[in-house]
Amino acid sequence: MSRYLLRRFGQSFVLLILVSLVGFMVLNLAPGGPLSQFALTPGMSQADLERIAAQMGLDRPLPIQYLDWFWRLFIGDWGNSFRDGVPVLEVIGRHLFATLLLMISSTIISVGVGTLVGVMGATRRYSLFDYTATVMAMVALSIPTFWFGLVAIFTFSLDLGWLPAGNMYTIGDQSFADYAIHLIMPSMVLALVNVAIWSRYMRSAMLDVIDQDFIRTARAKGLPRWRVLYLHVMRNALLPMITLAGLQLPTLLGGALVTETVFTWPGMGRLFLDSLGYQDYPVVMGLLMFSAILVLVGNLLADILVAVSDPRVRLE
Amino acid sequence: MTARRLTVTDLSVTFRTPDGQVPVVHGASFALDAGETLAVVGESGSGKSVTSLAVMRLLPAPPRAQISGKVTFHRQGRDLDLLELPERQMRRVRGDRIAMIFQEPLTSLNPVHRVGQQIMESIRCHRSVSSEDARRQAIEMLDRVGITEPEARLMAYPHELSGGMRQRVMIAIALALEPDILIADEPTTALDVTVQAQILDLLRDIQNENGMAILFITHNFGVVAEIADRAMVMYSGRVVEAGRAEEILTRPLMPYTAGLMRSVPRIEDAGRSEQDLGTIEGFVPDPARMPSGCAFHPRCRHFEGGLCDVEVPPLEDAVPGHSLRCLRWRSLEGARG
Amino acid sequence: MSLADDKTAALPWWQGRAIRRFARHRLAVTGTVMIVLLTLACVFGPPLLPFDELHIDLRARFSPPLTGDHYLGTDPLGRDIAARLLMAGRVSLLVGFAAMLLSTFIGVVIGIIAGYRGGWIGTALMRFTDSFLCFPQIFLLLALAAFIKPDPLMITIIIAATSWMEIARIVAAEIRSLRERDFVLAARMSGASHVWIMFRELLPNAIGAIIVAATLTVARAILIEAYISFLGYGIQPPLPSWGNMLNNAQQYLASAPWLAIIPGIAITLAVTSFNFIGDGLRDALDARSDLK
Repeated sequence: MSRYLLRRFGQSFVLLILVSLVGFMVLNLAPGGPLSQFALTPGMSQADLERIAAQMGLDRPLPIQYLDWFWRLFIGDWGNSFRDGVPVLEVIGRHLFATLLLMISSTIISVGVGTLVGVMGATRRYSLFDYTATVMAMVALSIPTFWFGLVAIFTFSLDLGWLPAGNMYTIGDQSFADYAIHLIMPSMVLALVNVAIWSRYMRSAMLDVIDQDFIRTARAKGLPRWRVLYLHVMRNALLPMITLAGLQLPTLLGGALVTETVFTWPGMGRLFLDSLGYQDYPVVMGLLMFSAILVLVGNLLADILVAVSDPRVRLE
Repeated sequence: MTARRLTVTDLSVTFRTPDGQVPVVHGASFALDAGETLAVVGESGSGKSVTSLAVMRLLPAPPRAQISGKVTFHRQGRDLDLLELPERQMRRVRGDRIAMIFQEPLTSLNPVHRVGQQIMESIRCHRSVSSEDARRQAIEMLDRVGITEPEARLMAYPHELSGGMRQRVMIAIALALEPDILIADEPTTALDVTVQAQILDLLRDIQNENGMAILFITHNFGVVAEIADRAMVMYSGRVVEAGRAEEILTRPLMPYTAGLMRSVPRIEDAGRSEQDLGTIEGFVPDPARMPSGCAFHPRCRHFEGGLCDVEVPPLEDAVPGHSLRCLRWRSLEGARG
Repeated sequence: MSLADDKTAALPWWQGRAIRRFARHRLAVTGTVMIVLLTLACVFGPPLLPFDELHIDLRARFSPPLTGDHYLGTDPLGRDIAARLLMAGRVSLLVGFAAMLLSTFIGVVIGIIAGYRGGWIGTALMRFTDSFLCFPQIFLLLALAAFIKPDPLMITIIIAATSWMEIARIVAAEIRSLRERDFVLAARMSGASHVWIMFRELLPNAIGAIIVAATLTVARAILIEAYISFLGYGIQPPLPSWGNMLNNAQQYLASAPWLAIIPGIAITLAVTSFNFIGDGLRDALDARSDLK
């Protein structure tokens, strides 16, 4: 177990270095590199640009720049926002809660509904329900999330007037109920795609297990159907789903960004777009790296969780 | 006078496949008495496993699998028609009165549950006992099937045990409730020879103690010789020869049975070439494309055109208690002298 | 395997096993028909409409659908939505398709080298692919989009640059499983070069999986182009795309909901079709589905 974890930590660290390389590449890929945002500022002379470049250490060779950049990434010195001079990590920190709130509530919905639909599809393979669920999942994966958000706002806010059209809370209210009512639509919209993905994978994971010998054994023991289904089939089918949940994190984060823009949700996605608009490059890069690191950590946690819940991994 | 445990009459199974309805078992009939072991012998694809799963009603629900015929379980003077039983009652029979063990002991045990859990689960589903009692019973069972340090093994996961140990655990699960019938589906095939012998000994010992009936499915005549009282050979979903094991082993009448037995390597065969060893050429026919007449005729060395490929031979008695399906057995018997 | 090959070789290709499976797949056929109709409409439709997509008619602003000759209504500048929708379709479908071709090319090259070479080069390439997968595609894409000149070619390139990873992984896995097979050894011994073996001997075996993944990549590329154009970082007006038609739709949601609804339906239809086709292709081309 500990050797497995050690190896897994090592892999994550190597991946972190590569992720930082990709980030650095993006930073320098832009025409003009990290300076491009100044080049667009009117009234900036070539001499000014060179002065700024020297200030930022951009006159050094690229590998040195990278090492410096990686080191500062590592110790948490991610630079300051151009907009208001606040350290990048602090800016991200302020928006983290909103995004996590959205992601977690949406995940609860998608895992719950997705598991239910997947299990029902697997136990009634090729039934009308199974077929309908398959088609609906494919359509759900094809609807643009931002457009679905717009349609939802049109229907439930503008037409029916049931739910607020955006924001996380009403200023001056901020009660639990107020948060909850603001959360309903964005988390549902974000869940749409993930319900589809989760139910498809759950169905095939269940089917993989249902055909195994030990399920035949469980039935031969005369166990009741629910016991076979939940304690034997589902217990085993959930193991690959943990890994999947980790692998779906980038999709979930990307979806959160989309949802936040439509519902003016004050999270990291909204921050990302605002920073893009202001050409606040340190924050954009910070968010890019932060999201990748979040994904890395998420995958690591998923693997640890699998190791803890699968006895076969423990010994290796 | 021994008691009848199981009567199977005219059992047929048909699977629905993309190629249409495919019959895999045709009108199999047999009976099983308390304390006796009936071996069902055949190659893979002969329908022997499907027969046993049909008895347990573990095949997919119709329309994917259709079962006809009659399976009667005799218990304390009452007859239960297993194919007509409501699922709830069938579940009480399964695992309690009729238990089953399988070929692959690793894949047949749930990898994420502890061995103890898997035994106790079976006990507690059929008997209202406290978990303490179930635990004690499980330890007792592990001890009985020859597992040392049963208390410690209770906490083990299947992958932590050897193949032989896993099969012992499977047997412990199956026998925990003292079933009337044990269906053993190739339980020794995946094990090496010494372990194989130990498992067979174990099954025989337990049978001698509690008088259960065993339906033993195998493709190996060596195993038949070891354990069976009676044997029933299946080919392409049909019973082709049945009788006392000793008689079939010494005087096989159906050419298929004879061929199968020639393919068992014996000590006397050491040094002989593979050809002399006599494997049966060809393959078991695809159930969707059955040959006409006797299903074995394309592979039979005694095939006679115009006879064997015309009609399915009936199951007839050669001597009382020894039946077979072959139109030519009399002439072959005569030729052999 | 060889038996099935013999059988299909004897038949003309349109009667092959894969084609028959695909034709039996109801969703796939539906998807194909929808895509063909949509493409035909986008290619031949615009000249048949009474307005072109840039014609501004300020007197007819915000006409709802089915007013006069504006079959789908007009936008805030009085431009005909039907004309814009079809012209936008040309752009969106073309960008989606081109991005798929480019990302498939990148993915195949990286995947085939990683799978065939193995060793540290293979490992390094796969880890590099993994590191790309850590970034949510939209974050990476928007960061890149902010720095490029947003013309259709550059948009295509950055979409491809952020969506090649899946194909690379599929190809690498497939090639790795085939690398040790006899026919590779035989080709090696008969003096075939590595490049020949990679592209002529090994790659054809992965072609089914690549086609399936490529089809799904078109679907995703259309979605993502729509999204960044909606945000204003993609295709720039006056060139219409399904995404930038939705640009201002949110602020007119109450007064002119058709502005938002119509392009969204077009996107959903196109993407659904590609996903249906991908599903059908998976069933038709995946050898493993034979067993089920």
